[in-house]
Amino acid sequence: MVYISQLINELIAFILSLVHVNEPWVVFFVALIVKIALAILLIMMCVAYATWLERKIHGLISLRKGPNVVGPIGLLQPLADGIKLLLKEVIIPQQANKILFFSAPVIIFTVALLSWAVIPVEHGGVFANINVGVLYILAISSLGVYGILIAGWSSNSQYALMGAIRSSAQMISYELSMGIIVVCVVMCAGSFNLTDIVLSQQNGWYFLKLFPMAIMFFIIILAETNRHPFDLPEAESDIVAGYHSEYSGFPFALFFLAEYANMILMSAFYTTLFLGGWLPVIDNAFFNLIPSFFWFVIKVILVLSFMIQLKSVTPRYRYDQLMRLGWKIFLPLSMFLVIVLACVLRFTNSLPNIG
Amino acid sequence: MVEDKIRNTVINFGPQHPSSHGVLRLVLELDGEVVKRAEPHIGQLHRGTEKLMESKTYTQNIPFMDRLDYVAPANYEHCWVLTIEKLLKLEVPLRAKFIRVLFLELNRIARHAFAIGAQGLDVGAMTPMVWLFESREQILEFFEEVTGARFHLNYFRVGGVAKDIQEHMIKKISDWIIKFEEDFLDTQALLTGNRIFKQRTVSIGTIDKDTAIAWGLTGPNLRASGVAWDIRKTQPYEIYGDLDFDIPIGTNGDVYDRYLVRIKEIYESIRIVKQCLEGMPNGIIKVDDYKITPPPRATMKSSMEAMIHHFKFFSEGFHVPKGEAYVPVETPSGEFGVYLISDGSNKPYRAKLRSNGLMHLQIIKSLGVGYQLGDLPSILGSLDFIFGEIDR
Repeated sequence: MVYISQLINELIAFILSLVHVNEPWVVFFVALIVKIALAILLIMMCVAYATWLERKIHGLISLRKGPNVVGPIGLLQPLADGIKLLLKEVIIPQQANKILFFSAPVIIFTVALLSWAVIPVEHGGVFANINVGVLYILAISSLGVYGILIAGWSSNSQYALMGAIRSSAQMISYELSMGIIVVCVVMCAGSFNLTDIVLSQQNGWYFLKLFPMAIMFFIIILAETNRHPFDLPEAESDIVAGYHSEYSGFPFALFFLAEYANMILMSAFYTTLFLGGWLPVIDNAFFNLIPSFFWFVIKVILVLSFMIQLKSVTPRYRYDQLMRLGWKIFLPLSMFLVIVLACVLRFTNSLPNIG
Repeated sequence: MVEDKIRNTVINFGPQHPSSHGVLRLVLELDGEVVKRAEPHIGQLHRGTEKLMESKTYTQNIPFMDRLDYVAPANYEHCWVLTIEKLLKLEVPLRAKFIRVLFLELNRIARHAFAIGAQGLDVGAMTPMVWLFESREQILEFFEEVTGARFHLNYFRVGGVAKDIQEHMIKKISDWIIKFEEDFLDTQALLTGNRIFKQRTVSIGTIDKDTAIAWGLTGPNLRASGVAWDIRKTQPYEIYGDLDFDIPIGTNGDVYDRYLVRIKEIYESIRIVKQCLEGMPNGIIKVDDYKITPPPRATMKSSMEAMIHHFKFFSEGFHVPKGEAYVPVETPSGEFGVYLISDGSNKPYRAKLRSNGLMHLQIIKSLGVGYQLGDLPSILGSLDFIFGEIDR
């Protein structure tokens, strides 16, 4: 079995052998920087190819080819897009608050990357194996609302402001049910640690055990990441592009990257909570040959492509319908499910041992 | 103190907006997300067509008609030639009538496919649009094969049509119709029963019978409100009187009903197209009067008379007897009419174009109020106007 974390540790050891220092703090920092750089590089690559995947799937569904000119089957298209966005002029709207205007994309982008710190990509393959990983993700992802609000307000445009209000209202209301559904998983696993949650799925994924919650959670992550059918913050038919209407060039690219980074993050979170993280589909010798990192990636791509396909086939909700769905259906339903699950666990004596 | 400072937002919806359906500029007053006032501003696409037409001969004016509703050019050209034919008291050969109706109905399918796709896009469904564009593209390819132009056909002529349709076109179109009926079901599967689509369209933008008549709505927008008014039935022109088709009507007059009426009308158009293809007679495709139609090119080489006719037709055009005429036709979006005053010369003295989109747009001012901002594009989309025709 090959572990990604082992490879990275070997790389770090190699770099340290080049610089010939053994002071503990240097070792610590070199290891940290190499890991962060690798992670960001990897995430950015994933984001770039998530856009490619989206355009390709969306293209195929709508009887087109999707990107196919730059590179073989359009594989270099994300690179070309990135260069184009970098070279474009950044237009600042008149009377926009410049400091806030530029800090908004930075906040959103940073927040989108921060959550990755606790996602385990394989056994032990995690930056910070903290005890409250689930809470950390919930906390960090709710910070993203600040970026959106600031972006909408500082652009000095009504369309952007409306998009920001819609988006923050949407994210806040769906975060409630999201937190409650996560409680279901935590109750079954007996831990807030994401690695423990994955390990507790060794004899059956929570997707099967907690089926209704898993479906609800998928819908909620669509709402959290502002995807179809809940993409009203960016509903181009009424508010043009929502909170990033006024952004161009690289600040816009940051929004774009953050959106896709969030999508991948939420897919990874979903994989960890419900699809057994890095665990193979069936625990047999053949499947165990495949490195667990790849199982994780395959599952994330699966969730991601499902999110993308939904974009092609669904219309979008209206603002009030979305809020009604969130507050009047999802919230009571998830609360009810938590209570039912708690009762079932209690009376069948299957509560996990916490010790 | 504080109350004085609270006021509703006023935003400019268009003319550069992804869903302003052309160049509509709407000034909206919003209370949160709710529309309090909607003021349409038109004129961004005004080209002075009616005035320009006075300086061109009757035949030269046909291309102007293509540019009115650029999604349904055949239907608009048709109205113009019908008006002139009425003043000339001209009877068009039967084959020309069949070809005309074939083109009108193919164009109606294309136009409705466009409208349905746009309606889907307005509520965020992207795929129906591209699927229907694929079907529409096929129709445009037929147009191209027959007339040489995909969009601005310039095909109908006073006294008939410009060219005959090729023999193989009949088979080609009938094969395509069968395929289209299948493909069209896919699109409907994405929209008609879709819960989100229904939530976004049912009882949104409801127009009742009386309001629809009072505001002068025509076409699918009127029929969706439950009024069975279709000029093809009430005042049949061409061969519509002999064809077998129904007028689909709606019940509630909301966005969803307008969508359904268009879907059903596509099926009626398919019926008409099939009848046209089956019953297509042989014969000439324009009247045998060389004062009004150009003589065949071959005869020009040998016949002096034909040469003169050709020269006169393409330089001076033909003269239309003094008089006035109004001819309405049922275009895909509603009633379009030309009111033509002729002073006996080779150019129209005055031509007034009765636009249906203008009537449909006017109702936005009262219809859009009270709905959410997100509903406005779908109401606009369901009314289905094209700015080329509103601004003229």
